[in-house]
Amino acid sequence: MENAFGQPQRVIVLGGSSEIARAITKKLVAARAHTVVLCGRNPELLAKASEEALDYGATATPLVHLDAEHPASATTTVDEAFAAAGGSVDLVIVAVGHLGSQADDETSPEAALAMMNVNFTWPVVALTEVRNRLVAQGSGRILVISSVAGMRVRRSAYLYGGAKAGLDRLADGLADSLEGTGASLQLLRPGAVRTRMTAGLADMPFMTGPNEVAEYVMAGLSTNQRVIWSPPVLRWVYLILRHLPRQLWRMVMDR
Amino acid sequence: MSRQKLMGWGRTAPSFGDLQLPRSEEDVLHALGHGPVIARGLGRSYGDPAQVSGGVVLDNRGFTTIGEISPDGVVTVEAGVSLHELLKVTIPLGWFVPVTPGTRQVSVGGAIAADVHGKNHHVDGSFGDHVLSMRILTPVGAFDVTPTHHEDLFWATIGGMGLTGVVTSVTLRLTAIETDRVLVDTTKHRNLDSVMDAMRTGDDAYRYSVAWVDCMTKGASMGRAILTRGHHAGVDDVEAVTLAGPTNARLRVPVDAPSGLLNPFTIRAFNQLWYRVAPSKKDREIQGLSTFFHPLDGLNDWNRMYGRRGFVQYQFAVDDYHGDVVVKAIERLSSSGVPSFLAVLKRFGPGNHGPLSFPMEGWTLALDLPVGPSALPGVLDDLDDLVLDAGGRVYLAKDARLRPDAVRAMYPRLDDFLTVKQTYDPDQRLTSDLARRLNIGGQH
Repeated sequence: MENAFGQPQRVIVLGGSSEIARAITKKLVAARAHTVVLCGRNPELLAKASEEALDYGATATPLVHLDAEHPASATTTVDEAFAAAGGSVDLVIVAVGHLGSQADDETSPEAALAMMNVNFTWPVVALTEVRNRLVAQGSGRILVISSVAGMRVRRSAYLYGGAKAGLDRLADGLADSLEGTGASLQLLRPGAVRTRMTAGLADMPFMTGPNEVAEYVMAGLSTNQRVIWSPPVLRWVYLILRHLPRQLWRMVMDR
Repeated sequence: MSRQKLMGWGRTAPSFGDLQLPRSEEDVLHALGHGPVIARGLGRSYGDPAQVSGGVVLDNRGFTTIGEISPDGVVTVEAGVSLHELLKVTIPLGWFVPVTPGTRQVSVGGAIAADVHGKNHHVDGSFGDHVLSMRILTPVGAFDVTPTHHEDLFWATIGGMGLTGVVTSVTLRLTAIETDRVLVDTTKHRNLDSVMDAMRTGDDAYRYSVAWVDCMTKGASMGRAILTRGHHAGVDDVEAVTLAGPTNARLRVPVDAPSGLLNPFTIRAFNQLWYRVAPSKKDREIQGLSTFFHPLDGLNDWNRMYGRRGFVQYQFAVDDYHGDVVVKAIERLSSSGVPSFLAVLKRFGPGNHGPLSFPMEGWTLALDLPVGPSALPGVLDDLDDLVLDAGGRVYLAKDARLRPDAVRAMYPRLDDFLTVKQTYDPDQRLTSDLARRLNIGGQH
């Protein structure tokens, strides 16, 4: 069970090899988490995430296969993850996502479909099943890793940003639907993070490392705020950016 | 099924369960036919022992009968009776409860589950030490238990956090009083050493003793304190003999205060004021029972003062050889800048046979801490290590954040407890959010 400081004991990570998720997992394990179910596609990366979690003091890290390109499989993955957790689950992190390559993907309907499946449809199917489970449990949180890319969609990443926008808005409504059930949902909206996914891209303003993101998540879990911005100043930055006239927005953000 | 949000007095980590109000033993036994299930009294434990997410929570307030008091002060009461209601009946007849915590708003069942203690622990022990018999409903049937009959179940239930069964009625021995007054001696101490010295050497001469310690001062005045000690006043001590039961609270905190209301600045100011207005020495002051024992009961819902984020209480006990842990704990708090309201310091007498009962001979310190400062979780983990190294323990009725391995080390007889639980609850139906969090029995 979660303690008074929002520190969970049993955690499921959908997208367990994501670097942000791994950084969060390490901090959760250092606090109170003893069981972390890691769900992902790449067995090598999962094994690495598992080793890391055990190093930080986890006692069990069951691995579950996840294939985000096939949204219909999400239900099975979530069911397997809950079974592997071996008890009531305190936190489910939805960290599935893929940045893709806008230039290559925007002319390919198949690639566009894959981008929607991985970044939107699979997470939504999974969230639906997770929601059922946590409502039945009467407790537990969901952390959805959204992105500032979804706050205003840029020309240069509209597939990724558009999918994240959909996930972000949907999760906000889903969070409202959980009121009075004991379950809750929080959204993480990180700015650019230095990870494998962004390797090769130039440094951007307000860029952070995964560990900083994890720090903000830990603070956000303890205060229960609906939206966790990383870094927090982005909340105000995007309040402005979202309302910039289009020409200005494109000059600033969409070169 | 009607799901209800349930949480402890600290208002942290709520969960939703199916709250039922059983009216008969049959109702309780029926509910015990499935798990997860736990009993709940007045919800005055600070953390999560009286809730079980997704399970059935049995409100014990359907059991409120108070029996006749025998000439030697023995009474049988149902488990949902609060000490407040009980005292309303007993004080006019010249009887006081043998042990009372800092509030009357606990049920007798809850007092047994937490094996509560009061200002007289160093003389009279804890609540369980005054219980002559109990009726306990378990998943394998009903048992009438005493310290010598089904003694395993009796003692596992004393301090067992409700995990052995549902207590429906209790026979206990009351304390005779001549008046509803207390004779109180108050002394003011400039630092922790001074007050601990006074308690070590002088507490044995008093039935009741407690010190309020300021954890926000540093240096030479670190841990300055007010020590109050007293006895029940006899007929010769007062001008007119009265025996009036407690009255209901007239005031309540109507809304959640802003979460930052209790911050280092306001708490320091409060503690300062409280220390300054206390007399430096006062002998044989006559106080009412409520003023002396239950100062906060005049204000309903005072926990809302801590705001939406709530608060945690941290209470530990260490033996007499490790009194330095009290000093170190207060040093750690005052240096971390984590705000803490007045702490309560007490001496404990010997503990009892309850494998999960908290008291052990020596010292106990209780701290109220608002949730919010990011350093707080780490500071309390450090205090756990201090307490563990000293062979001490943390009180489960206050806990909302211990680690399971720490509990195992703090309560070396946990396995004895789990063996008894397995006998009377073989399917591990009785569980709570606390039991799941600390891995002390029950389904996950």
